Amino acid sequence: MMGINLFQILNGLTFAALIFIVASGFTLIFGLLRIVNLAHGALYLVGGLAGYSAAKASGSFVVGALAAMALVAALGAVLDRGLLSFVRGVELRQVLLTLGVAFILNDISLVIWGGDTFSVPVPEALRGAMWIGGVMYPKYRVFVLVLGLLVFAALWLLLNKTRLGALIRAGVDDPEMVEAMGINIRRVFLGTFMLGAALAGLGGVVGGAFLTLYPSADAEILVFSLAVVIIGGRGSLVGAALGALLVGLLNAIGQVMFPELAYFVIFGPMALLLAFRPLGLFGRAA
Amino acid sequence: MRSAPLTPVASSAARSLRQPRAVGWIALVLLALTVLPAVLPSYQVSVVTQVLIFSVLAMSIDILAGFAGRTSLGHGAIFGVSSYVAIYWTSTLGGDIWIGIALGILAATALAGVFAALAIRTSGVYFLLLTLALGMIVWGVCLRWTAVTGGENGLRGVGRPAFIADHASFYYAVLIIVAPLTWLMWRLVHSPFGLTLRGIRDSESRMRSLGYNVPLHLFVAFVLSGFLAGVAGGLYVLFNNFVSPSSVQLSQSVSALLMAITGGVGTLLGSFVGAAAIIVLENAVSAYTARWPSVLGIAFVLIMIFAPEGVVGRARLLFARRRSRYSKPDHPGG
Repeated sequence: MMGINLFQILNGLTFAALIFIVASGFTLIFGLLRIVNLAHGALYLVGGLAGYSAAKASGSFVVGALAAMALVAALGAVLDRGLLSFVRGVELRQVLLTLGVAFILNDISLVIWGGDTFSVPVPEALRGAMWIGGVMYPKYRVFVLVLGLLVFAALWLLLNKTRLGALIRAGVDDPEMVEAMGINIRRVFLGTFMLGAALAGLGGVVGGAFLTLYPSADAEILVFSLAVVIIGGRGSLVGAALGALLVGLLNAIGQVMFPELAYFVIFGPMALLLAFRPLGLFGRAA
Repeated sequence: MRSAPLTPVASSAARSLRQPRAVGWIALVLLALTVLPAVLPSYQVSVVTQVLIFSVLAMSIDILAGFAGRTSLGHGAIFGVSSYVAIYWTSTLGGDIWIGIALGILAATALAGVFAALAIRTSGVYFLLLTLALGMIVWGVCLRWTAVTGGENGLRGVGRPAFIADHASFYYAVLIIVAPLTWLMWRLVHSPFGLTLRGIRDSESRMRSLGYNVPLHLFVAFVLSGFLAGVAGGLYVLFNNFVSPSSVQLSQSVSALLMAITGGVGTLLGSFVGAAAIIVLENAVSAYTARWPSVLGIAFVLIMIFAPEGVVGRARLLFARRRSRYSKPDHPGG
């Protein structure tokens, strides 16, 4: 393919790693709680901006990331316990409520941080570039790629090898039955919601360092997450990883070959896939 | 897990229209709308014009959400495409404005056909997500395809024709289009076609086993709804004379959906109440603060929690309760 080289493929892969981090949180919540959290993008943005402030104040990228995850997990808990508990069980009302929350969070972040573009400071060790297969490539983006793989591995181990993971998987299949076994599924739900939200916050800090943060970044990342989950199927970790790869690479190719229609390149295939497999590649009927 | 629509409350509406009292109310409302420009200052007249235009958009969403049980977040895009085509035809190509608006409505209807072909197989949250994603494609194209759409700067139109240039005559022009259109839509949702849609909303499998062509009905409903959104987009060209990516972005779909929900999903005429409430609120809030998105978000959250059946839906429920208290309870079938 003309115009596509290793550099752009690496760009696609690192972008895929970022949207996997964000979308895995989205798909966890969607899979277990059946809640399409349209505030997920806003949580990404708020997390990124809070992480930026914390990293600036403390001088440490790690502190920024942890602060962002803690704040966004807390916001997730408030959203789940404070607002969504009023509309439990009615899918559409939940979705639209989270949409309202997205508007509020976006506007609040505009009040606090203003409409400027922010870039989370990259730690000293990750600045500069390194040689990969004959191209100079930014170290930080390689770090994002590795982080994406680590998040995938950690989530896979959590879901498949731990008791909590077994509870989450059981909850995806049949929440009533899990509850009948004497397990407080509400607590598992809340924990999952906070974990999913924290992943959005982590994504905000990590992405904020190379994509920058600006007022409409939340809508853009939300649409990418949506595409990943629609392609991968509700609640599927492997589906989210494949979806992220597909979306990341298509985005990289699209931006090189059809810069004006890049959006179309991503969502055309997604819309087609959804038309023929409405539940996504790995989706199962509820 | 229920994926039921947003508590539609359309019950005895068709019957109540035939009651003489309802006819009297409608005549009164029409009379009030007719004399409005004589009593209101021109700024308020233009606000009411805007309400009428967005009521059409809200109705187009309500036909799908309230009667077919499919909540769309892509109608802002259909609306905006109509505006884009009309303005592109008039200002970039120098064509006639009426042909431009007709082409815009045609383009919106065709786009709705594409959306429908992709989306009618899904329902509930998946329908919402798919229409959201499709709307975002349109937004992305409008934003990036700078050569045609003008990118972030948008396109400016050529202005209204002279005979509807002032606020009052434009208001009457919009009223003359919106009133019969509303009557047609009212007839449509209470026709056998509308009843079939409601049957699909309540149980798709039941309608299928009764022999109805469910996908075809949903397709036609979506295309009709797209046509309405296109009409709203065309009228908005005359109203605003400008189109930019913000006309097709998500918040356009969201506020139109909020209008339909505030009025009451499944009530059709509630769209007018909802559009009036949201637009008046927006104007009032904008006078004091730039935090309109927060207010919109809070309104959405509150309505979802406390009044998902909307204003007209809530009122109708209250009336129904009072009526059943004073008279014998209705026969289940009647």
